[in-house]
Amino acid sequence: MTQRGDSLEARIGRTARAARKTAGQLVAAAESRKPQRLVSRLWEEFTEASSEVSALLKDPNSWRIAESEIERRSQHLLANKNLGEHGIDPFGFSPEYVRKVLPFVEFMHRVWFRVENHGLDNVPAQGRCLLVANHSGQLPFDGMMIGSSLLLDRDPPRMIRSMVEKFAIRTPLFGTFCMRCGQVTGLPDNCRRLLEAEESVMVFPEGARGISKPIQRRYQMTAFGHGFMRLALETGTPIVPIAVVGAEEQIINVGNAETLAKFLNAPTIPLPPLALLLGPLAMVPAPVKYRIYFGEPMSFEGDPNDDDAVIAKLVAEVKGAIQDLMDRGLRERAGIFI
Amino acid sequence: MARRKRTKKTRVVITGISGRLGQVLTRRLHRMDNMEVIGIDRRRFPQRPKDVEHLRIDIRRKACEDLFRRRRVDVIFHLGLMHDPRRGSDEHHSWNILGTQRIFDYAQRHGVPKVVLLSSADVYGPQDDNPAFLSESAPLLGALGFPQIRDLISVDMLAQSYFWRAPEIETVVLRPVHILGQVDNALSNYLRLKRPPVLFGFDPMMQVIHEEDVITAVMAAAKPGIRGIFNVAGPYGLPLRQLVELAGAEALELPHPVAPILVRQAHLLRLVDAPAAELEYLRYAVTVDDRRARELLRFTPQYSVSQAVDAALGRVVTDPAGQAAVQSPG
Repeated sequence: MTQRGDSLEARIGRTARAARKTAGQLVAAAESRKPQRLVSRLWEEFTEASSEVSALLKDPNSWRIAESEIERRSQHLLANKNLGEHGIDPFGFSPEYVRKVLPFVEFMHRVWFRVENHGLDNVPAQGRCLLVANHSGQLPFDGMMIGSSLLLDRDPPRMIRSMVEKFAIRTPLFGTFCMRCGQVTGLPDNCRRLLEAEESVMVFPEGARGISKPIQRRYQMTAFGHGFMRLALETGTPIVPIAVVGAEEQIINVGNAETLAKFLNAPTIPLPPLALLLGPLAMVPAPVKYRIYFGEPMSFEGDPNDDDAVIAKLVAEVKGAIQDLMDRGLRERAGIFI
Repeated sequence: MARRKRTKKTRVVITGISGRLGQVLTRRLHRMDNMEVIGIDRRRFPQRPKDVEHLRIDIRRKACEDLFRRRRVDVIFHLGLMHDPRRGSDEHHSWNILGTQRIFDYAQRHGVPKVVLLSSADVYGPQDDNPAFLSESAPLLGALGFPQIRDLISVDMLAQSYFWRAPEIETVVLRPVHILGQVDNALSNYLRLKRPPVLFGFDPMMQVIHEEDVITAVMAAAKPGIRGIFNVAGPYGLPLRQLVELAGAEALELPHPVAPILVRQAHLLRLVDAPAAELEYLRYAVTVDDRRARELLRFTPQYSVSQAVDAALGRVVTDPAGQAAVQSPG
């Protein structure tokens, strides 16, 4: 900015103009947001959501699936041909385990997040497919809710296999939970094998970058990886774009402790401001409302080993489709909690 | 073996014949006709069948080469690798690497057409980013954090170098998963513990194979035309805790960051046999893809996982032929 030979007055003048401009923007931003009204509106929404949640809690029969229905849906899980003598597939997926944790998943799905899904039938009933979604919300409940939508709301149900960060494998309990629920380490080889076995594989091409976004960057997708597209081309797999709306606001995060994360070998460490008030409870997701949009399957053709530039164009198409679905969701929703 | 023909005998050399796997292989070969078995091992072999020759010599000695110089050998089964974390590492290293090098040199100089090396799937090592199906071309990272296994990796790689150094030898490297039976190896010993330790919150997939099945694969590898590297696995994988349950033991839960420290100290005090690095096998999975062995060796495991566990514990097992056999430990 500063140019050599500028007079002092000119420099002061420039700085003053810039300061005036910034101040003006700040005032305008503050006015448009109207913080008081925002807070009161959120509070109203929140109370409405909590009364909804407590009503559902009082009457579990209104949302709990009947035992016979669970039985029927479980049969689809057991149709997996790869289960060994002890009912576990080579990746560590156990239908029996899924049945055990189903009440918790069902609670999160029906009561806590009150998931609303659109276009479930865009996910093919059988055959290989890649489910590609935006990733958000600090904790991967978005993946869980996409899985539960397909398991609890779709008919016939479909089991998804999602690709997880290897950090999950390093984490005690959580890693085992992921494996038993059918998730696999996010490696191209694992994905290829699952697709070849005609499974539906879920990927979040944003990875840890996406899920750890701070609240000020909500609904702005970060860069997509290219791996999923190369695998789709290689295996001739259709891609179902998915947008999850609502998850961004479940845990408020203002930034990430990157140095500490690097030191601890963790993908990221979020800094939720509510931790000052609630401690670790700040990582409990708020009862936001989830809206999940499943787009129409997209098919691509091309050389899986093509230049990054070529692959990037195809990836951008998928990202565009997700963006459209997300825009629709943001337009349609009445609020964060309702 | 329907009809007995007066053809020339197949002469096989087994290194490490006094080990458990060597004994099983000897018994199996002994049942076949036209088979002449010569064993090399410094240790005693008390239950040796009468017509099995046993040379109590060191592979690295000249006397060993004389065997190959004087007699035509058809197959060498190289099972004589030492893997004992308590032994001095110099002796280990020299025995394993020099011994393997000598075996291949003898084979090359004296025209042995086939060498079968029994390596192990441990060479891949337990990593958090292992794919669920490790192929034969996966990197051998086993020594990462477990230096004692370095010998085994060097031996595996050394054998691979003979694919091009001596293309006239059909070299086969077998990498079986954890072998269960009356063998003295890490997982069999682990399952024999009253309270096998597990790491809290971790439950990796484990693949195990019955000792008889490994020997079936070893014998299949001796068929003419077979060469290369083969992963060998049992019927299917299952989580560690289920394996412990099958053994009828109660797992001892140890928290992860503390366990290696405890085990390291206990190992130094000689209270525990296993080195702390082996705990990583209780944390991350090493599961292999055995498609090549199934297709090319036509190998299909005959024993179930529970039979393999029973064999490790010396329980009564029925072999797949239907004959009940009582296996007494030791």
